[in-house]
Amino acid sequence: MSDKTTLKYTPEHEWLAIDGDVVTVGITDFAAEKLGDVVFVELPAVDSDLASGTVVGEIESTKSVGELFAPVNGSVTEANDAVVDDPSLVNSDPFGEGWLIKVRFTELPSNLLSWDEYSALVGE
Amino acid sequence: MPELFSERHIGTDAAAQARMLAAVGYDTVDALVEAAVPESIHVEDLANSSIPAAASEREALAELRALADQNTVRTSMIGLGYYGTFTPAVIKRNVLENPSWYTAYTPYQPEISQGRLEALINFQTMVTDLTGLDTANASMLDEGTAVVEGMLLARRASKLTTNVFVVDADAFPQTKALLSSRAEAVGIELVEVDLAGGATLPDAAFGVFVQYPGASGRVWNPASVLASVKDQGGLAVAAADLLALALITSPGELGADIAVGTSQRLGVPMGFGGPHAGYMAVRKGLERQLPGRLVGVSQDAAGHPAYRLTLQTREQHIRREKATSNICTAQVLLAVMASMYAVYHGPAGIRRIAKEVAGQAALLARFLTEDGLSLVHNTYFDTLQVLVPGQAREVVARAADAGINLWLVDEDTVSVSVDETTTLHDIGAVAHAFGGPASRDVAFVGGSIRGLPDDLLRASEYLTHPVFNTHHSETAMMRYLKQLADRDYALDRGMIPLGSCTMKLNAATEMEAITWPEFAALHPFAPEADVRGYLGLIDQLEGWLAEVTGYDSVSLQPNAGSQGELAGLLAIRGYHRANGDLDRTICLIPSSAHGTNAASAVLAGMKVVVVACDDMGNVDLDDLRAKIAQHAENLAALMITYPSTHGVYEHEVTAITQAVHDAGGQVYVDGANLNALLGYARFGDFGGDVSHLNLHKTFCIPHGGGGPGVGPVAAKAHLAPFLPGHPMAQRDEHGAFTHAGGPISAAPYGSPSILPISWAYVRMMGAEGLKQATGAAVLAANYIAVRLREHFPVLYTGDNGLVAHECILDLRPLKEATGVTVDDVAKRLVDYGFHAPTMSFPVAGTLMVEPTESEDLTEIERFIDAMIAIKGEADAIGSGTWPANDNPLVHAPHTAQSVIEGEWEHAYTREQAVYPLKSLVRTKYWPPVRRVDNAYGDRNLVCACPPPEAFE
Repeated sequence: MSDKTTLKYTPEHEWLAIDGDVVTVGITDFAAEKLGDVVFVELPAVDSDLASGTVVGEIESTKSVGELFAPVNGSVTEANDAVVDDPSLVNSDPFGEGWLIKVRFTELPSNLLSWDEYSALVGE
Repeated sequence: MPELFSERHIGTDAAAQARMLAAVGYDTVDALVEAAVPESIHVEDLANSSIPAAASEREALAELRALADQNTVRTSMIGLGYYGTFTPAVIKRNVLENPSWYTAYTPYQPEISQGRLEALINFQTMVTDLTGLDTANASMLDEGTAVVEGMLLARRASKLTTNVFVVDADAFPQTKALLSSRAEAVGIELVEVDLAGGATLPDAAFGVFVQYPGASGRVWNPASVLASVKDQGGLAVAAADLLALALITSPGELGADIAVGTSQRLGVPMGFGGPHAGYMAVRKGLERQLPGRLVGVSQDAAGHPAYRLTLQTREQHIRREKATSNICTAQVLLAVMASMYAVYHGPAGIRRIAKEVAGQAALLARFLTEDGLSLVHNTYFDTLQVLVPGQAREVVARAADAGINLWLVDEDTVSVSVDETTTLHDIGAVAHAFGGPASRDVAFVGGSIRGLPDDLLRASEYLTHPVFNTHHSETAMMRYLKQLADRDYALDRGMIPLGSCTMKLNAATEMEAITWPEFAALHPFAPEADVRGYLGLIDQLEGWLAEVTGYDSVSLQPNAGSQGELAGLLAIRGYHRANGDLDRTICLIPSSAHGTNAASAVLAGMKVVVVACDDMGNVDLDDLRAKIAQHAENLAALMITYPSTHGVYEHEVTAITQAVHDAGGQVYVDGANLNALLGYARFGDFGGDVSHLNLHKTFCIPHGGGGPGVGPVAAKAHLAPFLPGHPMAQRDEHGAFTHAGGPISAAPYGSPSILPISWAYVRMMGAEGLKQATGAAVLAANYIAVRLREHFPVLYTGDNGLVAHECILDLRPLKEATGVTVDDVAKRLVDYGFHAPTMSFPVAGTLMVEPTESEDLTEIERFIDAMIAIKGEADAIGSGTWPANDNPLVHAPHTAQSVIEGEWEHAYTREQAVYPLKSLVRTKYWPPVRRVDNAYGDRNLVCACPPPEAFE
């Protein structure tokens, strides 16, 4: 499990773990809690190109459908097949085994949030 | 003083109403409703009402009998997707005429719906078996709309960017008409190709549709056509005849991705067009794209298998404008009937019936060729096209004289379809109408299937599950139906206080006429002379509905509320386009609206813009004005529900409608809540241009466990020309107007066989009775609000602190204080012998209660007592008497097994679990399963009958 305080966040409740030019993306525990029991995850294909801000996947629970927004421009280097096979990982370990995609990017957006800023946003 | 039906329909009598009024603080029902409904929209009683004074039950039936007598029941051999069938009497009596089946609600609460969920999973299994595909849904509205949904699914699932969809030239004409009107609105280009004739396909298409067997009766192999479209990345859709599939290779085996059609001929009467259950099945990988409702297997809290509606997140109430379809209500009662036809006959019986049909067709083919006539095609299952150059009309007329309706294809061609009910005598009479001898020497000739091509004879098995091979004696069938019905909670057990669903009485007299042959046995395309009684009934009902809503013209064609909505929006679209306003495509929808509104708008080619609501749940007028200003040039419509989905009469409704009109937009008023308005105000008077009504809510058509519905669309004169027409309608005129829009249903009048229900309701209530029903409904809701207010906050109120016909109980403070959830309360109500109110709509964490006018005060008090008792139980959890994880709420509902088996190790007693009130001892409803695990079912998708061992 990643250290939440060192990650970057988006207002769409995604977390970003940045390692060189590759970013690992997942949804936050707050988002997972709000969604409830996740039952289906649809992720973009490896090698597909993403445009920042567009919907590239879905996280579906028994009562709602969350959208996965691309946080950066880039191309998908890896998609977490384990979470496709067992969507409950998003609930049980959102910052760890419940990660969703890895994306190779050229530039990070300027409006990413720190843990403190994100916590303030969701009122924790 | 003659007996008044209204006194049977309305549950509270004068004495009860007086007690309730005292609690609410008004002297009369009228005073209460007039205080609740904003004064600006009050309507006076009409001086020249077209609604006659209330008839007694006897008088109404006598009038229906007279209307029925104006219909002529000829043997229908018209075909085109509608066939004669024998409804097994055991199914007619125990399902169609049994309130345990027809008064149930949609099975959203799985714990009290296991019976019909099992029946529906039988339906899904039957469809997947016969079509050779992997997953089927629990019914579509009819075949034509199912084909449209198949086209839309193909477009969603195909990766291609082309907007071309290929349509087989040999498809049913009504299906082609529907495809054409629906495709145009969403920018799909249809290309019609004679596929069986070998014409070439266009270069690129996202999908192809074939009719199998063809409309002409031809049985051809579409495998190579399907393959070539799929090779290019498109999807293949086949409409297949379920009875034919008992003998010919399934569409799944031929390469179809999607199979659609109707189950009408499996024991459901034609009914002049409906209702019947359409179906859709898809190959693996497409199940999350399926429109409509899907039953799956999950498990309950004790780990036992339990059925539930699965993948609910595809539906409009969650996905709104991103929903996969606007289909909401299905055709559950009819799907149950069709599934039970398969259960009763089994695979051998279905195959026998199919062979008899094919044999009759072969016999007729032999007679006709012996008499020197030519058939258009030499392969067939049940339908023959016969060449009679220049004499087609004469042949059809001669057959009619002999009591048989044939189908005139053109001046030179007549089509004949045989079915399960066709007799040797009919075959002889048809051959005679074509000019053959008046009598022939016919020895035994059944069973030949020589019209079917050898390469398409079915080899694969179907209906192999034990449920289709067990209940073949009538005793076994009767008991199976009883066993399933006993698992369910319907109106015959108690109140179903579902907000926005209006679960009122479906009176036995109202139901009486629907099974009369004069209403049940007519083909939707029968000649006008045969259906005069129906057309008379439809005229009257259209007129009455127009009058009570303040509109000028009504179409009864939409066979569900969602379809009425779509028809209304398409009328608005047609109107704007006729005025040259091609860019008016923005549809404003308040955030509180039902999700179907948004889904329908998208399917009408509109773009949804959401308008904010204020803290009281009303449309935020400032935001509305801002959105109107922002989109003024492109404003097509505003959709509002009145009273609002929050159960409140919005005070500012005329200001809202005026603002939209000033900007050139049209106002769509969703009639879902008409039960709170009828007789006191009219949509058309406060600015509505068009509305749909739900006859299955306000006008007593039973919910059938999730359908049938009827969703008439009513409009002002300027929109009337754009209401749904139909190429095969017996008449285009509706009163003073001609409806010239595209069709919205497969049949010209939608589901006419259930219209006598609403006709009888209006006829027996009269205008005065309808108004009294509204008053009683509003009184009951306000009484519950007043009585429960100190226990649960009532979330929204309108003028004078009053609610409309329903009230929202806010359970969020309770959760905050005790941890008890809406689910806990809803499931605990089952232990108390109730169907839960609507959960978390329109506001998460709340219950919306709609008692309707039909419940008596005793039942209303029983509900109030149960809610107060449950509040007490929750408080006991909050105060620590019971642990948060071991109390009667969190473990609700309790089955008999759960309190009998093994040692009792809970913090509460067995009595507290199942008999929280002493009065339950004699009347207990026992749920068959514990709380159903929703996540398990969605993660482990199983949508066909599980093996019997699963239940051991």
